[in-house]
Amino acid sequence: MKKWECVVCGFIYDEEAGLPEEGIAPGTRWEDVPDDWLCPECGVSKDSFVMVEKVA
Amino acid sequence: MSRLLIVGSGLAGYTLAREARKLDEAMTIVMVTADDGRFYSKPMLSNALAKGLDPDRLATASAAKMADDHGLRIETHTRVLGVDIQARTVTTEDGELSYDHLVLATGAIPVTPPLRGNAVAQVLTVNNLADYARFHERVETAQRVALIGPGLIGCEFANDLAVSGRAVTVIGPDSHPLGRLLPPAAGRFLRERLTEAGVSWRLGLTAGEVNRGKEGAFEITLSDGEVLEADLVLSAIGLRPDTDLAREAGLACGRGIIVDAMLQTSAPHVHALGDCIEMDGQVLPFVMPIMHGARALARTLTGEPSAVRYPPMPVVVKTPACPLVLLPPLGPVTGRWEEESMDGGVRARYVGADGALLGFVLVGSAVADKAVMLKDIG
Repeated sequence: MKKWECVVCGFIYDEEAGLPEEGIAPGTRWEDVPDDWLCPECGVSKDSFVMVEKVA
Repeated sequence: MSRLLIVGSGLAGYTLAREARKLDEAMTIVMVTADDGRFYSKPMLSNALAKGLDPDRLATASAAKMADDHGLRIETHTRVLGVDIQARTVTTEDGELSYDHLVLATGAIPVTPPLRGNAVAQVLTVNNLADYARFHERVETAQRVALIGPGLIGCEFANDLAVSGRAVTVIGPDSHPLGRLLPPAAGRFLRERLTEAGVSWRLGLTAGEVNRGKEGAFEITLSDGEVLEADLVLSAIGLRPDTDLAREAGLACGRGIIVDAMLQTSAPHVHALGDCIEMDGQVLPFVMPIMHGARALARTLTGEPSAVRYPPMPVVVKTPACPLVLLPPLGPVTGRWEEESMDGGVRARYVGADGALLGFVLVGSAVADKAVMLKDIG
């Protein structure tokens, strides 16, 4: 499972935890997060995220 | 019960409200905003066109939804007219509101370019969602766009306009784009990449007049005498902190509202956050400082005094035609740039007299070095 960081505000999307409050189940891979999903903290789109951590 | 009053519904105001609510479920949080209070992504304004995003799509939540989600009371379309520091009240168009803690999150406003001519009033700036709506409507029918200001926001808009099929010409006195932030080789590289994306330049020049010509097009007269035609004129020459309310209230202001490390202004029970502040002589109109500031201030206002500590905060410039990350050296440093051109990019290090890395600029393929550079600077 990987972690993805918003380069604009620093918010981290953790695939393992998902974002249940936004209807994204734990374990949802980044590529399966909807394309029109926006950063919950600053509102930018998925293309402003970079992978920051890879855990086997 | 403590009562927090926030002036402004931008990213700073809303992030503070959210963070404060996380720490204190009981606190009364009131927000007053001159806008409609919709939450939107400001960083997206300068790259929404190529993505085909209309203004409503950029707004992710209405004021009512934000109020509901975070337990706020929000007074929209309400301008704050004054602050009574002694009485701890603010006067709005609708009456008086009291506070235990007041936070000014009034943001920044575009600097007006010194233009003459009969069409100056039609020069657009895009600094909030309402501006973007106006821009979005006008740009639909515009093929040629003149953009005054080759800085960070200007370059982002130039890239976005070019990719969305407009002929965009960028005007400014600098010798290369982002003149104040980039050393020469990095600036030349950015210019070349944006040129390949379709951007034209009139650098080393300023715009003097903007008039409406016979055919209805705008005519921009440049300092070398050239008259440039355009269907839309956009200005992005910079932002200045909105200090009007603070000055009126007697708070100490420089370029911005002066705050200490606790984000406290010169008046008791009054804090300030975001693009409107000046801390240690610095104005940092970026998202990352807002996030760090909001979290620290939320702790302070809920009983755990916390100074803001900024980690190194690299700025990612949203020019997809030319990936660009920069960490401007902070404060009055007397270093020098060391630039290194590489295959498909430029790496520039700003080093102090003692050889320490104080800032950097990574362009093109060099952005891959961001993590390494941050480690060096850490």
